[in-house]
Amino acid sequence: MTSRLKSLIFAAIGVFGAACLAGIALNRGETINAFWFVGAAFGVYLLAYRFYAGWITAKVLCVDESRATPAEVLNNGRDYVPTHRWVTFGHHFAAIAGAGPLVGPTLAAQFGYLPGTLWLLVGAVVGGCVQDMIILFCSTRRNGKSLGQMARDELGPIAGNAALVGTLLIMVLIVAVLGLVVVNAMKHSAWSTFTVAMTIPIAILVGVYMRHIRPGRVMEGSLVGFALMILATFAGGWVDADPVLRTYFIFDGPTLALLVIAYGFLASILPVWLLLAPRDYISTFVKIGVILMLAFAIIVLQPDIKMPAFTKFIDGTGPVFAGSLFPFLFITIACGAISGFHALISSGTTPKMIANEKDIQLVGYGSMAMESFVGIMAMIAACVLEPGVYFAINSPAGIVGADVTKAVATITGWGFPVTAETMNQLAKDMGETTLLARTGGAPSLAVGMATIFAGAFGKHLLALWYHFAIMFEAVFILTAVDAGTRVGRFMLQDLLGNIYKPLGNVSSYPSAVMSSAAFVAMWGYFLYIGTIDPYGGINILWPLFGISNQMLAAIALAVATGILVKSGKLRYVWVTAAPLTVLTFITSWATYEKILSADPRVGFLAGADALEAKLMAGQLTGKMAEVAPQLIFNQRLDAVLSVFFVAVLFVTIAETVRLTLRHINGRPVPPLAEVPYRPHPPMSDVAVGHGD
Amino acid sequence: MLISYLRAFWNGFRQVTGDDAFERYLERHNRLHADVAPLDRKEFFKSELQRRWDGVRRCC
Repeated sequence: MTSRLKSLIFAAIGVFGAACLAGIALNRGETINAFWFVGAAFGVYLLAYRFYAGWITAKVLCVDESRATPAEVLNNGRDYVPTHRWVTFGHHFAAIAGAGPLVGPTLAAQFGYLPGTLWLLVGAVVGGCVQDMIILFCSTRRNGKSLGQMARDELGPIAGNAALVGTLLIMVLIVAVLGLVVVNAMKHSAWSTFTVAMTIPIAILVGVYMRHIRPGRVMEGSLVGFALMILATFAGGWVDADPVLRTYFIFDGPTLALLVIAYGFLASILPVWLLLAPRDYISTFVKIGVILMLAFAIIVLQPDIKMPAFTKFIDGTGPVFAGSLFPFLFITIACGAISGFHALISSGTTPKMIANEKDIQLVGYGSMAMESFVGIMAMIAACVLEPGVYFAINSPAGIVGADVTKAVATITGWGFPVTAETMNQLAKDMGETTLLARTGGAPSLAVGMATIFAGAFGKHLLALWYHFAIMFEAVFILTAVDAGTRVGRFMLQDLLGNIYKPLGNVSSYPSAVMSSAAFVAMWGYFLYIGTIDPYGGINILWPLFGISNQMLAAIALAVATGILVKSGKLRYVWVTAAPLTVLTFITSWATYEKILSADPRVGFLAGADALEAKLMAGQLTGKMAEVAPQLIFNQRLDAVLSVFFVAVLFVTIAETVRLTLRHINGRPVPPLAEVPYRPHPPMSDVAVGHGD
Repeated sequence: MLISYLRAFWNGFRQVTGDDAFERYLERHNRLHADVAPLDRKEFFKSELQRRWDGVRRCC
């Protein structure tokens, strides 16, 4: 293709994307077609990939095609293997994409479709994608070192320890909040609970199949598991229809929380081949399946968006989560725009597979653009619901009332008309007893997906689509719960090993059990409290998770900034320093509001004080009076935790600034830990082959 | 033409999922250390799982 033709194509994409974006932003009519969102996103990502990412790799990182990568030099056929760029892309995308970009945008839809969509696009293009790509580059130039090691080598031990502790805490919160999402999806629903519970024996069966019956045939095993899970979804419908059988699968939130906690503990101490690995294989298939289903639903069926561009809840009075557009939009979207967690993958398995530095743009920047696109699709799925229905599903009982009549009256009073008949009929169509106050995002995403599909395939399959979607989400959320617990256990052992050596021995069984129990207790606590909270728990936990995730992203960007400064790239340092500054500002502001806001729904301390006052005055009755002391304590603990997050963040930034100033003034700084240039090995043992 | 694209896609897909890991291991092993007996399928899979799960593999 001639370069002129290429430029023409990119110019056409640019005009098309801009036209779509303008269409979305300027639309003031009743509805808008989802196609414009897809077009706008596609145009923005492609242009950013071609020009911004291309410019960064060429001018800022100075990617060198002639340079050997660790995969080539250290090739051991296992971790370090030069891999074709599309295979690496697949690996990396499967690792970074999880439930985060599905849940965040669904919750953020309470502000309307426009703010979330814009931040997903802008945040990814100048923040998230840049972070993922630069960290991948830095780690590739350092033989695949982890973020924590890079922070220690490049910024010093203080920043290194801050990164380690920060990572451990974000693990605790992510597992807790994802656990809460899945508990809320199963609450009082026999169908969902049965289907999700069945995924455990199915995983064990597949584990035995892959280990003993047909060793290593992972595709076969996963397909068997996938088929069984679809069967389990049908079977859930039968169980739900049986008046006796269904009672065995109906639980309230706290009981389900205890079951998830027990599951997480077991999964992390059982051998990986039995439960963890087979579940992950199936869940990866399922995950890609959901994303393709969602893409099909949106791109092919092109549903209409019913949510307005902005709702009045940008003022912070929203029922889904409390807090105004700024800064809570950014904290809530988190993963789909910029996720600190990705830095752990970009400095984990992926850099050891990079066959040539020129692949870093596709793998680092491209995968994150794709993840952000998943976020856009989740936003669309939330916004195709009638706003009244969206708020009825996502508003906790503590705000709109537990009774249908009262809840729909409250929501209609906000200007989002919905009737009790609509909600009852919808619940009946979806095969649930109720869809009111099903917070956490998963049920509303499932309703959105089922609604889009029903538009094409008829309403009689609604219940099945709904439970497929719930099962899919639950499967990969539970995988995050057990994989997260295992990683958390390693991190904890690593930290404890510094205090008392034998505790750090990862192959010692007693130490493994003990540290697993400790880690499970940490996330289990937040999960359990989340389920007894009448405001749904998500209102507290999701912002806390968002803050911790953005804090980790800021740490990763600080490390990248330090490396750019020391590489003599001071004039381009804004590439990471600008998103770092914005993130720091957003995270600090959000933390400030979460701690000190006088609004009891926003501020942790105000919330605790308000509840305490009510308790003292004897205004609380029944169950609420019982759990109030725990909720009060929890809110104060959350405040302390938030302070800690910001402290970790500021320590890292102070270290980065100190290092930058020393470097500018010509004083000694820790040397760049980059491995020296090596050309490609002559008889390169490169396993790339197909397609290239 | 189309067939070769489909084959490339299928091979790539098997590689992403890890389905062909043992075949690639055998190929490499026989090329580099033909004198040592390779692991069998079962042993290889066990060690492969251990390697894969000792680190951060999944994200939010």
